[in-house]
Amino acid sequence: MKAHLTRRYRFSASHRLHSGNFSCEQNRAIYGKCNNPHGHGHNYILEVTVSGQVDGRTGMVCNLIELDDAVQSEILERFDRQNLNTLLPFAGKVPTTENLCVAIYEILQPIFHAAHLERVRLEETMMNSFEYRGKENATVSS
Amino acid sequence: MVYLTRKAEFSASHYYHNPDFSPEQNRQIFGKCNNPQGHGHNYMLEVTVKGDIDPDSGFVVDLKQLKEIMHREVLDAMDHRFLNKEVPEFTTRIPTTENLAIAIWQRLEPKLDNAKLHRVRVYETADLFVDFYGER
Repeated sequence: MKAHLTRRYRFSASHRLHSGNFSCEQNRAIYGKCNNPHGHGHNYILEVTVSGQVDGRTGMVCNLIELDDAVQSEILERFDRQNLNTLLPFAGKVPTTENLCVAIYEILQPIFHAAHLERVRLEETMMNSFEYRGKENATVSS
Repeated sequence: MVYLTRKAEFSASHYYHNPDFSPEQNRQIFGKCNNPQGHGHNYMLEVTVKGDIDPDSGFVVDLKQLKEIMHREVLDAMDHRFLNKEVPEFTTRIPTTENLAIAIWQRLEPKLDNAKLHRVRVYETADLFVDFYGER
């Protein structure tokens, strides 16, 4: 039997939305308050969904400790209490939550092998959430 | 096609243990969940059914009937119970959230005649949930 398991995590980070491809006026018009040069922060909620056959011996899709360890070491330690603009995944890229969602998927996907990475979902606030399911499967909701 | 989701809460205790594993393996794999005295959760169950809207009633499913089926098949059997000892599915299967979602699907699916069961979601905590879509 195939089941999907979702785990929620939290991290806090700051960012500034600004693109070198736009003029200052265009940046202000497009990104509004998010273009504030000093940046601002969010308490992000990250949902990681993995799927696979339920192991008959353990009753589990994958060992939660392995998933927690992977997310802790690869995602939370990298992004929590950081300024996203200063981090490698956002060199030359605007740290929108869309791009953050994709970055998290692309970091986790090649290193987590205990189950299939089905979906990364990020809540930037209670009102905005973003999902990425790998190439050709991106969706956004708000 | 319209999807309808009904929530219900139940509280139960469980522990994880596989008699085929050594005590050390059980402790290593299941961690704190291996405590044989058990521990409990407030589970939140979401049952999603799908179907076409009945032109006479305007319903996908009669919510009263769905609530009754959920109560009879799931809550009466599992609420305020020790899953390992009191729910037959878990005499042979470990009552993980995965197996709980599967067991709830297997209890509900044959009892629903009007709408089709789409998804069973079981929250063990606010930060951990399992979805089962009936996939083999």
